[in-house]
Amino acid sequence: MTGTPAVVAVAVAVLALVALAVPLLRGGRSRRSFGTSADRAAFAALHEASLAAPPLRSGLTAAGATRAVRHLRSLLGTAAVALTDGESLLAWDGAGEQLHADAAVAHSQQTNASGRTEVLGPGVVLCREPDCPIRVAVVAPLTVEGRVVGSLAAYAQSTSAGLVRATDEVSRWVSTQLELAELESSRTRLMEAELRALRAQISPHFIYNTLTAIASFVRTDPDRARELLLEFADFTRYSFRRHGEFTTLAEELRSIDRYLLLERARFGDRLQVTVQVAPEVLPVTVPFLCLQPLVENAVRHGLEGKPGQGRITIVALDHGSEALISVEDDGIGIEPDAVRRTLSGDPDGDSVGLGNVDERLRQVYGDDFGLVVETAPGAGTKVSLRIPKYRAGVHP
Amino acid sequence: MSDTAYGVAAVGLVIVATVLIGSFALRFSRTTSDFYVASRSVSPVWNASAIGGEYLSAASFLGIAGLILAYGADMLWFPVGYTAGYLVLLVLVAAPLRRSGAYTLPDFAEARTESRTVRRIASILVVTIGWLYLLPQLVGAGLTVSLATGAPEWVGGLLIAVVVVFSVATGGMRSITFVQAFQYWLKLTALAVPVLFLVLAWRSDGGPTPGAGPATFPDRTAVHVTRDTGFVVTDPVRVLADGLLTAPSSGSSTSYAGQRVTLQPGTWRVIAPATLTFPAGAVVPHATSLQPSDGDDWARPLSGAGGRDHPLYATYSLILALFFGTMGLPHVLVRFYTNPDGRAARRTTLVVLALLGGFYLLPTIYGALARVYTPDLLLTGRTDTAVLLLPERMVGGTLGQLLTALVTAGAVAAFLSTSSGLTVSVAGVLSQDMLRGSVRDFRLAAAFSVAVPFVLSLGAFSLAIADVVGLAFAVAASSFCPLLVLGIWWRGLTDVGATAGLLTGGGLATAAVSATIAGVDRDGWAGALLAQPAAWTVPVAFAVMVLVSLGTPHRVAHGVARTMVRLHAPEAVALSAHPPRQP
Repeated sequence: MTGTPAVVAVAVAVLALVALAVPLLRGGRSRRSFGTSADRAAFAALHEASLAAPPLRSGLTAAGATRAVRHLRSLLGTAAVALTDGESLLAWDGAGEQLHADAAVAHSQQTNASGRTEVLGPGVVLCREPDCPIRVAVVAPLTVEGRVVGSLAAYAQSTSAGLVRATDEVSRWVSTQLELAELESSRTRLMEAELRALRAQISPHFIYNTLTAIASFVRTDPDRARELLLEFADFTRYSFRRHGEFTTLAEELRSIDRYLLLERARFGDRLQVTVQVAPEVLPVTVPFLCLQPLVENAVRHGLEGKPGQGRITIVALDHGSEALISVEDDGIGIEPDAVRRTLSGDPDGDSVGLGNVDERLRQVYGDDFGLVVETAPGAGTKVSLRIPKYRAGVHP
Repeated sequence: MSDTAYGVAAVGLVIVATVLIGSFALRFSRTTSDFYVASRSVSPVWNASAIGGEYLSAASFLGIAGLILAYGADMLWFPVGYTAGYLVLLVLVAAPLRRSGAYTLPDFAEARTESRTVRRIASILVVTIGWLYLLPQLVGAGLTVSLATGAPEWVGGLLIAVVVVFSVATGGMRSITFVQAFQYWLKLTALAVPVLFLVLAWRSDGGPTPGAGPATFPDRTAVHVTRDTGFVVTDPVRVLADGLLTAPSSGSSTSYAGQRVTLQPGTWRVIAPATLTFPAGAVVPHATSLQPSDGDDWARPLSGAGGRDHPLYATYSLILALFFGTMGLPHVLVRFYTNPDGRAARRTTLVVLALLGGFYLLPTIYGALARVYTPDLLLTGRTDTAVLLLPERMVGGTLGQLLTALVTAGAVAAFLSTSSGLTVSVAGVLSQDMLRGSVRDFRLAAAFSVAVPFVLSLGAFSLAIADVVGLAFAVAASSFCPLLVLGIWWRGLTDVGATAGLLTGGGLATAAVSATIAGVDRDGWAGALLAQPAAWTVPVAFAVMVLVSLGTPHRVAHGVARTMVRLHAPEAVALSAHPPRQP
């Protein structure tokens, strides 16, 4: 009857779903490994270290320390481990939290001052409880670029050369992670500084040319001159905007519209613009000023160095969970090598904006989402980019 | 013109028109140096038409009328539920969901719970619901194309699958909003115009209503059997038989070639192709998958007409599934993203309610007329074809053929629009969460996400189209509804709670649905619970999500306060730092 093929079909569907689910849900590889006990110990240590690393990458914060300290204690194998930032206790893991946590900052004072690993005996780590597993402490400094930024304290029943060495090594490993975090945040700061520079970077030529063009209309066509001045004001307001790393594609396009309106006042019919925008992608969140520099480049390359008209084509298409955007001109083109240098961060190139946009796109969306430039001398230039419609943490 | 010429022309025209509008709508309206026009967002009316176009699937266009023909008044909850789902959506989630910035349901899950695990589970559920929803579309396409052109049934499904993969994978639908909006108005026209002629024909016929007794043939009727089927004869009836029949008593098969034969009470079996000609006024034997019902029962709610056990439970369960399932359909959220802000999302939903409310009056009329004019479908069990057969039956002639072609065109539009919407959603999720998300991956994912339901549609399913779609709603209501409602309105939801709730609700509903589709015997309470799982799976999912979240308060997402502000505060609040432009 009809039941049998239906059963088979459903079985096929369930199998397909399972096949889909397995790679999706697979958190990690199978834990079973073949090797000597030394191998396994090394694997276990590396695994713990890899678990402790991500929380530390946001710097020495209470939240990160709380998540990392558990793994640090299993690396050290001591009764308790504490992390401080020199002034306060960030996290405590293990036994004796009620009795000793308050004293952790005091225990770290000596290390903070000396910058060396110190061993505190039972005389310093006082405990009234007879069966307390905490008798001694090994306190190692955490350093970033030579500065002591905190301490790692291992508490145990008794001290040994091995424990001191281990604490020392772990503290050095944590310091490396903290330095990486520092590096990461300075990279972000650099980006922000560049974005600020980009915001302020309306070229003096553009301002001069625009104002001259407007001035030429003041007598002949005062209404148009007034319109253009207002557009100019709006354009600068958007470009000088102080806050927000992201905006919507609609906003970005509106600003480009104003920019092109001002450029058309100057170039007149020489500047031809074609725009195709799928309305579905207008609400997409994009990095602030990610298209503006591309259009400026297109105007420059499309009109300069050649007589007659230049056409700029701006296309934004809807493609599943992404928006595909391209800015194209039919101008003199660029040497591919020059583009390559610009995109790889060479500051000498004449399109600073291009490299900055590329870098910001990669930083936000990942390396797959950089700019794609198609160009050759005499063949025009096309710059395309893909923007995911949603990315965690990206909001206008 | 021959019978099939109109049908072929209708199918071809819709496909060509869809592809053309998809490729050129953008060019016509958007190639201009006037930037302002190009960067204007979609108005709520256009957007609502697009949502309507994508939403009205084979289940709405064909399925509802078929269910009403077979099961009567209880099935009116289908059109009500399909529409009212948007009311719940409007009140509870429309604006916050738009403000979340999420494009897909997994995006929302990740934004709210800040957990990749919840995102992955949501992805799997999107694929499950998408496939469950695509399956009846392809089955319906097979039915329609085979009826219109005489082709085998797999042809229609393949045709739709190929067109959808082609247009989705090549990005051929440049402006999907306008394509879908066109499809809505096409579907509305394709049902509304014929219905005028049908009602006129019905009036001139003396306005017959379904009798109080069992369904009978209004005229001498030749029933063409195109698929092997079993049917139950209750009253002995003398028919003109052409084809192979298996008698109930002896179990022996006899081949007839236009002889008269008396069908004795019992379960007969007929092997396709065959033709049975019944006299006027004879009681219609029912396919083994259906139970005969009196006209009185048919017209009375909660009578269990057509052999649906526990009608009260089944009705409430259906209501729950449809009301709360709409918000969890993957292709609905995607269209809301096109709205510029939360306010526009609400306005759009309001227009959608009006558009759907208008549309859903029509299938009801078809269903009632089908009971009078096409009761033979109860014998073949192919009640889903009622809408397609009525114009030919009631109007006839060239006009009838033209109207049939129009209805066929509407049906093809229904398969195309819903399938492409679902495919975009499923392919987006597959390419993003399983592959690396490149353009090529998206194409592969699009092909894969249609191929699986197409293969499934080749299996012989005895379930009605609208029933399968109802099951997709049940899974959505048991998984995404709790996630969305709790995620938007309760800050205590944790990633562990969401995971547990999605797995329990989605898992239970999927299991019940799989059992139902696989044809596990449906008797008594167990059968009713499996056939309509929403009434127990939705509360279970909510309870699990709430209780597990309460048990894991330390897992509340770190950024929950910021997320909540974004979801509930109007966009202008965040943007107030910009002074408005001076006039």
